Amino acid sequence: MSTRLQTGGRLIDRNQRLSFTFNGTPMTGFAGDTLAAALLGNDQMLMGRSFKYHRPRGVVAAGPEEPNALVGLGQGPRFEPNQRATTTELFDGLSAISQNHWPSLNFDIGAVNNHLSKFFPAGFYYKTFMYPRAAWKHLFEPIVRHSAGLGKVTQPGDPDRYEHFYAFYDVVVIGGGVAGLQAALAAGHAGAKVLVMEQSAHWGGRAPVDGVEIDGKPAEDWVSATLQALEDMENVTLRSRLMGAGVYDHGYLLAYERVSDHRPGTAGPRHRLWRIRAGRIITATGAIERPLSFAGNDLPGVMLASAVRDYVVNWAISPGDRTVIVTNNDDAYRTALALQMAGLIVAAVIDARPTATGALPQAVRDAGIRVETGRGIAKVKGRARVEGVALCAQAGEGAVLEEIPCDVVAMSGGWSPVVHLWSHCGGKLTWDAAQAHFRPDPDRAPADQDGAPFVIAAGAANGHLQAADTLRDAAAAGQNAAVALGRDPADGTAARANAVAEEPLLPVWIMPQGAGPDLRSKMWLDYQNDVKVSDVQLAAREGYESVEHTKRYTTLGMATDQGKLSNINGLAVLSDALGSDIPQVGTTTFRPPYTPISMAAIAGEARGDTFLPLRRTPMQDWHDANGADFEPVGHWQRPYTFRRGGEDRAAAVKREITNTRTNVGLLDASTLGKLVVKGPDAGKFLDMMYTNMMSTLKPGRCRYGLMCDENGFLIDDGVVARLDDDTFLCHTTTGGADRIHAHMEDWLQCEWWDWQVYVANLTEQYAQIAVVGPKARALLENLGGMDVSAEALPFMGWADGTLAGHPVRIYRISFSGELSYEIAVPAGQGRALWDTLLAVGTQFGIMPYGTEALHVMRAEKGFIMIGDETDGTIIPQDLGLDWAISKKKDDYLGKRGQARSHMTDPDRWKLVGLETLDGGVLPDGAYAVAPGSNANGQRKTQGRVTSTYYSPTLGRGIAMGLVHKGPDRMGEELEFARTDGTMMRARIVDPVFYDKDGEKQNV
Amino acid sequence: MKRYSAFAIAREAARNHIGWGRAWAKRPPKKRYDVIIVGAGGHGLATAYYLGRNFGITNVAILEKGWLGGGNTGRNTTIIRSNYLQDPSAAIYEKARSLYETMSQDLNYNVMFSPRGLMMLAQTEHEVRGYERTAHANALQGVETEFISARRVKELCPIINIDGPRYPVLGALWQARGGTARHDAVAWGYARACSDMGMDILQQCEVTGVRQADGKVTGVDTTLGEIGCDKLGIVVAGHSGVLAGMAGFRLPIESVALQALVSEPIKPCMDVVVMANTVHGYMSQSDKGEMVIGGSADGYNNYTQRGSFHHLEHTVSALIETFPIMSRLKMLRQWGGIVDMTGDRSPILSATPLGNCFINCGWGTGGFKAIPGSGWGFAELMAKGQSPLCDAFGLNRFTEGRFVDESVAAGVAH
Ligand SMILES: Cc1cc2nc3c(=O)[nH]c(=O)nc-3n(C[C@H](O)[C@H](O)[C@H](O)COP(=O)(O)OP(=O)(O)OC[C@H]3O[C@@H](n4cnc5c(N)ncnc54)[C@H](O)[C@@H]3O)c2cc1C
Repeated sequence: MSTRLQTGGRLIDRNQRLSFTFNGTPMTGFAGDTLAAALLGNDQMLMGRSFKYHRPRGVVAAGPEEPNALVGLGQGPRFEPNQRATTTELFDGLSAISQNHWPSLNFDIGAVNNHLSKFFPAGFYYKTFMYPRAAWKHLFEPIVRHSAGLGKVTQPGDPDRYEHFYAFYDVVVIGGGVAGLQAALAAGHAGAKVLVMEQSAHWGGRAPVDGVEIDGKPAEDWVSATLQALEDMENVTLRSRLMGAGVYDHGYLLAYERVSDHRPGTAGPRHRLWRIRAGRIITATGAIERPLSFAGNDLPGVMLASAVRDYVVNWAISPGDRTVIVTNNDDAYRTALALQMAGLIVAAVIDARPTATGALPQAVRDAGIRVETGRGIAKVKGRARVEGVALCAQAGEGAVLEEIPCDVVAMSGGWSPVVHLWSHCGGKLTWDAAQAHFRPDPDRAPADQDGAPFVIAAGAANGHLQAADTLRDAAAAGQNAAVALGRDPADGTAARANAVAEEPLLPVWIMPQGAGPDLRSKMWLDYQNDVKVSDVQLAAREGYESVEHTKRYTTLGMATDQGKLSNINGLAVLSDALGSDIPQVGTTTFRPPYTPISMAAIAGEARGDTFLPLRRTPMQDWHDANGADFEPVGHWQRPYTFRRGGEDRAAAVKREITNTRTNVGLLDASTLGKLVVKGPDAGKFLDMMYTNMMSTLKPGRCRYGLMCDENGFLIDDGVVARLDDDTFLCHTTTGGADRIHAHMEDWLQCEWWDWQVYVANLTEQYAQIAVVGPKARALLENLGGMDVSAEALPFMGWADGTLAGHPVRIYRISFSGELSYEIAVPAGQGRALWDTLLAVGTQFGIMPYGTEALHVMRAEKGFIMIGDETDGTIIPQDLGLDWAISKKKDDYLGKRGQARSHMTDPDRWKLVGLETLDGGVLPDGAYAVAPGSNANGQRKTQGRVTSTYYSPTLGRGIAMGLVHKGPDRMGEELEFARTDGTMMRARIVDPVFYDKDGEKQNV
Repeated sequence: MKRYSAFAIAREAARNHIGWGRAWAKRPPKKRYDVIIVGAGGHGLATAYYLGRNFGITNVAILEKGWLGGGNTGRNTTIIRSNYLQDPSAAIYEKARSLYETMSQDLNYNVMFSPRGLMMLAQTEHEVRGYERTAHANALQGVETEFISARRVKELCPIINIDGPRYPVLGALWQARGGTARHDAVAWGYARACSDMGMDILQQCEVTGVRQADGKVTGVDTTLGEIGCDKLGIVVAGHSGVLAGMAGFRLPIESVALQALVSEPIKPCMDVVVMANTVHGYMSQSDKGEMVIGGSADGYNNYTQRGSFHHLEHTVSALIETFPIMSRLKMLRQWGGIVDMTGDRSPILSATPLGNCFINCGWGTGGFKAIPGSGWGFAELMAKGQSPLCDAFGLNRFTEGRFVDESVAAGVAH
């Protein structure tokens, strides 16, 4: 059984006892425990079930590489699935549940998959579940889906906060082990601005556990002293619980801080996403021990040798009563010594190497521990927990020599540098045959914009597994990083670690060497996804030879641990099966993030109301308070209509239109884009931007303009006013303001950079109010101020002045067909003018109206709307807007595009009005059918509806549409198909339904 | 070829699965083929398959510089739909979708086509009108779609928040027979079937030059040597511009990285595919339980094939607003693929200025769904010189201005 030892535990505080529950059972642990340590302390080795076969699984590792011990944490809206018990810090009241089983962790029906595993080899699902055809969707897929998926589903209503943090550093050191600290010291001494981050809550990494001595003292002491030294340096920042998550181009680094996961519900954010620009990034991310592949290596109780050591030394946990150690290297002997020091029994060390004569094996032998060389494990005995191992010759086929009872197997297959962050942005690896691992290739590092390497690997992460080398390498890395950024070299001497010479490891990829199919189908490579040695061999046999094919076919390395334990072992088995070398087979790609990060942290503060920027006009408060039904338009919320009493939307819109056409209406037009274009070349520039001639516009006058892209398609429209000789104000559509501004800048900066023109987007500097209707002039005259008579301010003119004491600019333009004034006023005075207009307007029957009334009125008048009549495929000529295209100009954007054969084709669909025969409203987007079908069997069409409304003014449905040769077919009837196949008939008419001669707007 | 079935698995289980043969053969290149296809992505493999199946042309080699299916075919978010707006698009995507329905049986390889239903959310009045237009167009094109209410959206996908504070869901365009399929399996299934017809799939075989005489293609130079052919089909997605350069013509294509990510796997909670174009994001749940999320394309042209962060931020915040349960899930991994974008967001399936050389590219952000239809049409074009499915997608449309613009309806087209 696993228990807590009476003494020891460098990370726990025995004075602080914490209570928690696991699957509802109350348990206790100590402050400083990880959840995994605390569970082991309560004899809870079984922590989860595997993905495919639902096999019982215990904890294997002690860090972020853990594949098995995933739990659901927390409750209600704070519940979170798939949390690693090995990186979850224990807190009082923690509640955890195990995953992927039914009905319980101990008894899981899904485990029948285990007994059927022979029928479920890699990729079996590609070969079956095909018949009958409907069965995949209705029968097989639901079963697969239900047995897959790990954790339970989360709930809505996450109560926590998340934030982003932006930072700049010269040097960022990732990893707070001795290499990271040493590198930071060197970079710091050289004067660089340094950030050192450590993903766990503790500094020092492996060295204190492994009994390393540095500068003559225990590693622990050197770590504290160095931390103190770093803290004293003003140019160095230290952060724990901060993980390097992803490295991107140009030294961009994403880091993930778990601010309060260990004390949930406390004030402040839960996670903080650091978005860092770094001059140089040093990855001092250490190395991860590899498992060995022997039959039954996934039983609860089989653990990494280093993890066993961690649990004993850090948390005073005895994972079991008798441990067998199995290894191919010297390092695992440290575990034997640590166990014995803690008073625990080591039944044997089984070493696959023919001999083991180094200092560590010798020390173990001297301690009276049995060491067997040239041996391997044929099989782990036990069902839900290790009960013993069967010993065999490593060189043989697995004939059992002896059975050794034990309840823990501590395995070590050597160490692999953590190269993920190095690789994210293109860093390449090289195969180190002596240590049997991939390490960063310094000649092929991720390069910055100047081709210089911007990531430097240091210490164990760079393949230097011995502390002495680690420190030397790290000091050089820190020094080099600072120097590369122009700092002067300073004290770059490394601390000195004691060196215990280790003998070379023997690469062992399966155990025993000659294991047959029966054993190989019980050797796990990827624990979480249940990928075995036999699966990889099957993939190779079936021709899935590329490492990416094997990965995808078997799912090796695709689980939530992203193959931190399985990648190299799987590769080795594959290369063996293919008869090629490991470096030839190569690795799969490492993708960010290093370990999973919360979605909420990625979103940061962008939540709820403001998950996108929210833009409000100066009159928005009034709209809020007066029954506005909003519709989102870009980042704005515009009133669709203002409902009164029990009115529905349609009734409100109808009232607003009727009132505007008979009395006076008020529209908040502040969202319209307002771009000021200024400079000696402004006229010339606008002549290029618009199809119209703008350079001839007289100051004081307005002109309606069309803007096209290079292909000739209409992209925006609006009224341009000439303010003075070299200043124009261009109105754009609400949605177009930013886009058109960028479009203008694009041309100015990339093509006509020598033209003297400046563009400023003043959309938010002005509130704009449209006063519309037959009584508009009377209302304005009542306000007092400037002359708004037809003579002083004629149609399509503008003037500056004051109204009711406000400085205003009034444009005589109309989008409704009525007498209309658009009044621009500095944004800060918008609300006051709005209120005054409403107050004074009462006597004239004033009512505000929304976007829907605006749309209906413009349709009644036959005005086009960008986005309705246009969709990116329409040229002005299609809309009968040839009059707005200047024939006198040499060029404008789109001119050449409009000359292409398809654009001048007489068969194009053109704008017309449509009048239903029964007075009803045509459906939005309906097509007019034509006889027959095309070569692909589709019904032929001859037109479509672009805008369709009920017109309260005319008391009937009206529509605009594009119809094949439409303007030549006035009076013809068309059939429009509803989606249910029925038809609606409509007649082609003039698109101007209201006041065809423009008498009302021009008074 | 050994047939796959439950029975075959049972038989193999009895002998530790040692009897399974190669899914596709490994052979050295011949000196010459009737047809060479460059690029063993989905589109290249499907083209080869239909050349054999529909036209009996089997002296074919498919040349792949890396590993088959390793381009965008193996990187996409596997959404399949045919609710396109313009007639030519609807025709080819619907042909593809209907071929997906029987693909597992046709190829004897389970590609896990899952017509679980797909909805495109309408979150502005403008989008409502746009999707209503698409529904009208689809009805006449023989594509089954329907504009559904917000209530129905919620019934079909209970984890959606339909009344968010900013962009409440107003309805959706629903295609009941849209869905997803297993991307790798599509490539592998076609490869196995092509190999079975005697075609050669040459992996690690990069085309480095195109040979021609008298204005006609005569073969290609490759890293495995020179190989002759009568006809050449270039089907290399993001690298089309490079291959076109070798063949001596230029393409109106830009290559950008498109971003995607997945969450950690959870138990099934979403049985449909949801696309939300106003807020820019789409999501489905894979059979493994991962939430598969697609984002936007990087704002600059590049060939890096890696994930970038800036767009993810927006994609993820949009998805948390749409699906509040996402907040406490974690991102497992992110990646990017190089997509080949044309100006009108429609593909190119065309003859080229070089005689007997054809090109199939420009599928951009949304070509996985098109694989079988594209293969069907392009094989016909290569075999007969003309195909109704491809007619509208010729290169000449760019000089004539005869675009097939699909960005009209949707900002993102996956
Ligand atoms: C992130 C992302 C998400 C996507 N989501 C979807 C989606 O949900 N639904 C959808 O329908 N589509 C989606 N797509 C688009 C889809 O993936 C592609 O349109 C489609 O896969 C393209 O297939 P292909 O066969 O043309 O190209 P690829 O699969 O890229 O194949 C081209 C092949 O050509 C090879 N090649 C290149 N140069 C040479 C040479 N010189 N010699 C030999 N071989 C060469 C390449 O190695 C590659 O294997 C997505 C794409 C991405 C990147």
